[in-house]
Amino acid sequence: MKLLVCVSKTPDTTTKISFANNDTEFNTQGVQYIMNPYDEWYALVRALELKEALGGTVTTINVGPAANDTVIRKGLAIGADDAIRVDAPENCSAYYVAKQIAEQSKAGAYDIIFFGKETIDYNGAQIGAMVAEMLDIPFISYATKMELAANTATISRDIEGGQEVLEVDTPFALSAAKGLAEQRIPNMRGIMMAKRKPLNVVPPVDVTEKVSVASYALPPAKKDCHYIDAEDMDKLVELLHSEAKVI
Amino acid sequence: MVLVYTSSPEGQLKKSAFEAVTYGYKAAQIIGTEVLALTIGNVDNAGVLGQYGASKVLNAAGADSFDSGVYAAIIADVAQKVGATIIVIADDSTGKSLLGRVAVRLDAGAVSGVKSLPDTAAGFVVKKNVFSGKAIVDYNISSDKKVISIAGNTFPPEVVGSDVAVEAAGVDVPASRVRIKEVNTVKGTVPLPEAELVVSAGRGVKDPGNWGIIEELAEHLGATTACSRPVADVGWRPHHEHVGQTGVAIRPNLYIAIGISGAIQHLAGVNQSKTIVVINKDPEAPFFKAADYGIVGDLFEVVPRLNEAIKKFKAS
Ligand SMILES: Cc1cc2nc3c(=O)[nH]c(=O)nc-3n(C[C@H](O)[C@H](O)[C@H](O)COP(=O)(O)OP(=O)(O)OC[C@H]3O[C@@H](n4cnc5c(N)ncnc54)[C@H](O)[C@@H]3O)c2cc1C
Repeated sequence: MKLLVCVSKTPDTTTKISFANNDTEFNTQGVQYIMNPYDEWYALVRALELKEALGGTVTTINVGPAANDTVIRKGLAIGADDAIRVDAPENCSAYYVAKQIAEQSKAGAYDIIFFGKETIDYNGAQIGAMVAEMLDIPFISYATKMELAANTATISRDIEGGQEVLEVDTPFALSAAKGLAEQRIPNMRGIMMAKRKPLNVVPPVDVTEKVSVASYALPPAKKDCHYIDAEDMDKLVELLHSEAKVI
Repeated sequence: MVLVYTSSPEGQLKKSAFEAVTYGYKAAQIIGTEVLALTIGNVDNAGVLGQYGASKVLNAAGADSFDSGVYAAIIADVAQKVGATIIVIADDSTGKSLLGRVAVRLDAGAVSGVKSLPDTAAGFVVKKNVFSGKAIVDYNISSDKKVISIAGNTFPPEVVGSDVAVEAAGVDVPASRVRIKEVNTVKGTVPLPEAELVVSAGRGVKDPGNWGIIEELAEHLGATTACSRPVADVGWRPHHEHVGQTGVAIRPNLYIAIGISGAIQHLAGVNQSKTIVVINKDPEAPFFKAADYGIVGDLFEVVPRLNEAIKKFKAS
């Protein structure tokens, strides 16, 4: 079983958001980076569980600059066998990243390619579907449960107001949501071993960008909270009706 | 030409479909063209999409169960056939599996979760919330073809015409590689991502047996219930009700948060709600900073009072 897990780097959730260069760039000054939680907690861990049960290898892939190696080493510390980093600049488009992952996947002939359901920074949720199309394999988004028997996976995925259960044969790609696995904290031995595991840096293939950031803005400031006397719920109902106009 | 793919879970068009056609109609007006709607599988009453501006509805029969590969192939083939340059999809569970695939097939630039009509003054610019609503990006799509998915509950459906004819799309339907075994959805209530009114409760409710007053409030309002993560984690409430960064992201017109502290990960999924009401006994609860209306008080007293007030309002 050859498993590939796509891992992204994102600013920590509590990051204060600001911009640089006339609001055309995200200001990275002082930003703490983490591995995208959906990639780390759910996608990577489920891949490791499958490997532990069935044998095989877990490879991670990241598209980005050398600064991402810290996050990649964390994936190795949690248990991945080896890692690929496609040496690319910061902030490429989803299409650019997908193209790199697809190119590397072709060479690796993976049985399952794991993504997180989205990154918590740009919330794009595009790359998994793009890679699947480039490789012409099925793609299952928002997987919350996955069992594998021989080469057939049974997957539950989140849909509006519930769940769908489906079957698909390898090779396929999925995006991981909460429930697929439980977060693992790397231990000391894992961290030591990660230093010696292979992290292969490869050059990117050329891609013509189709989407670019024109500018960033902060959302309009929220007006102050209007406090209402806890005794006077008629007042709240009245405001929701005539001021907010939501009921 | 603008092509809108409208999804139809279990054969039914839903609000997200009407929103998408309304968006497509307005985008078509901006660039001076028409909008076509595409449905896939067996769909009830698809001609109704004409009311939202579709000049024609195309249907691709024979692909009743969802496989992103099959659906993307159909959408891309129809787009080629009708010469569509803008393809619009709703940013729902179906759209999230499709957007990237359709973009690759058409060699198109793609933006997900769009919340503005295209600005064509300099290129083709659309807005999207990023960092879970903490920032907004203007994306410019420079390719000839553009594929976008639109954020839910952002473009209210508008009736501008009447029913139109439904024609066969006339494209090949590839064989599915995904076998759907079960679909388990809640019946009788609006699913959370589509709900306009949401009543949500957290650990402050203390016991699953106490949820009666919360459900009563939701019932009086015709709202959908939601919850914070810890409450779903311990099984007090079903998993699909969990909202936030790791749960469902919603943007209803009204979000009432009861006994929820307002942790940043919770806010990430709800801070795009149009009006937020917070009921919490702790005046220092962080949620009040994100609230439009705040009530400092014990939920076990405030919620029954609110239930009475709403009953009175509904009766008047
Ligand atoms: C990476 C990560 C992801 C996460 N994702 C999510 C997510 O998606 N969604 C989510 O919700 N959480 C998420 N969390 C958890 C989040 O940080 C909070 O722990 C959680 O939201 C708290 O839930 P709560 O507000 O129900 O409980 P608490 O924080 O315990 O708050 C309970 C509130 O109820 C109030 N209260 C108590 N009794 C009463 C009463 N009688 N009347 C009125 N008010 C009362 C209290 O004052 C308090 O403010 C995540 C955490 C992490 C680290």
